[in-house]
Amino acid sequence: MPPHIQALTVSGLACRRGHRVLFRELSFAVRAGEVLALEGANGAGKTSLLRQIAGFLAVEMGGIAITSDTGDIADAEERGAFIGWLGHHDGLKPQMSPRENLAFYTGLYGTAGDIDAALGEVGLSRAADLPAQYLSAGQRRRAALARLILSHRSLWLMDEPLAALDAEGKALVNAALEAHRANGGIAIAATHEKLDAATATMRLGAA
Amino acid sequence: MNAFMALLARDLRLATRGGGSALLALAFFASVASLVPLGVGADLKLLGRIAGGVLWVAAVLASLLSLDRLFQADLEDGSLDLIALSPVSLEMAAAAKIAAHWLTTGLALTLVAPLLGLMFNIPESAYGALVASLLIGTPALSAAGAIGAALTLSVRRGGLILPLIVLPLVSPVVIFGAGAVIAAIDGMANGALWLLAAFSLGFVLLAPFAVAAAVRLNLQ
Repeated sequence: MPPHIQALTVSGLACRRGHRVLFRELSFAVRAGEVLALEGANGAGKTSLLRQIAGFLAVEMGGIAITSDTGDIADAEERGAFIGWLGHHDGLKPQMSPRENLAFYTGLYGTAGDIDAALGEVGLSRAADLPAQYLSAGQRRRAALARLILSHRSLWLMDEPLAALDAEGKALVNAALEAHRANGGIAIAATHEKLDAATATMRLGAA
Repeated sequence: MNAFMALLARDLRLATRGGGSALLALAFFASVASLVPLGVGADLKLLGRIAGGVLWVAAVLASLLSLDRLFQADLEDGSLDLIALSPVSLEMAAAAKIAAHWLTTGLALTLVAPLLGLMFNIPESAYGALVASLLIGTPALSAAGAIGAALTLSVRRGGLILPLIVLPLVSPVVIFGAGAVIAAIDGMANGALWLLAAFSLGFVLLAPFAVAAAVRLNLQ
């Protein structure tokens, strides 16, 4: 397991895309065991905020810091080592089966994990060896969730985690978030739907 | 190192699996090289002299073919984000992808080239130089190509701009590569191979850093 995170602190953050300022003076903190649901209209900057926290998008103003067991981390590249990413895209290669995709990611992330068990957990046992291009959008989302769980990262950033999922799939996401919380993990999820596992809600662009 | 191997193995698997780019590049290479004797005619002496140049140009075009998807595919399906967050640095990831591209195109072309050489009636003494120049020079094609592919990542239809960036970069490789074959045919001392090696080494060493910087910009 990676070192635990005690908190993620965002202070005075601004985000600009092109000439448009999406948000400014954004400050919040998420502590271990909390799940923050990020709401906001389309184009309010939810994905951009997640990408800033992940270190993909440059931070022009403000700061993002992680308080971990080993000290405070402000550097974006170092922060990446804590982040489990469930982006808008699923990160699956269409030519490879879910099992092969997950095997690749556990190899890339250097994490040990039972791939079969993870696939079973998200209800993909029967589709485990089918090329991902033949899976439905919901099944691909489930495979991405299994990948996120197997990444063993303590700060989950999720972009529309409930998209394309059926009721059972949504319950799976909530269960995964509850388990992550119980482990002392943190999650921030941009979502338009109600996220039962959320402990707090923040609305972007509400001003 | 395991992460490096995981990425390398994945790219090799994707390139060689059904509809992969490896076989396509090879078939393209063979087609282009076979067209030239048909166009030039059966002047064996002439064909033997231009063979090195023709095979080198065909090799450049064949490597370009699969380059535009080198990072684009990973960007589109979200893999690139996940690679960027993995313990492997983007520089190492770039090196792994360049290596995989070379193994599936450059090395494969090098192995097939002597067969195509038969069609061109290359003098026996020049086969060694042909294979050696391709073996030494094609890594530069993959490396320079990767730089172009990373730079054009977020450009729509970047595949069309890619050759404009990559072809000037690799023109010295073609000059020295084809020059080495000509020198061998003429039985002259072969300094071209050394220059080619120096060029290739420089590209392979610098490319991962350039690629990583370009990818970082394009993740924005």
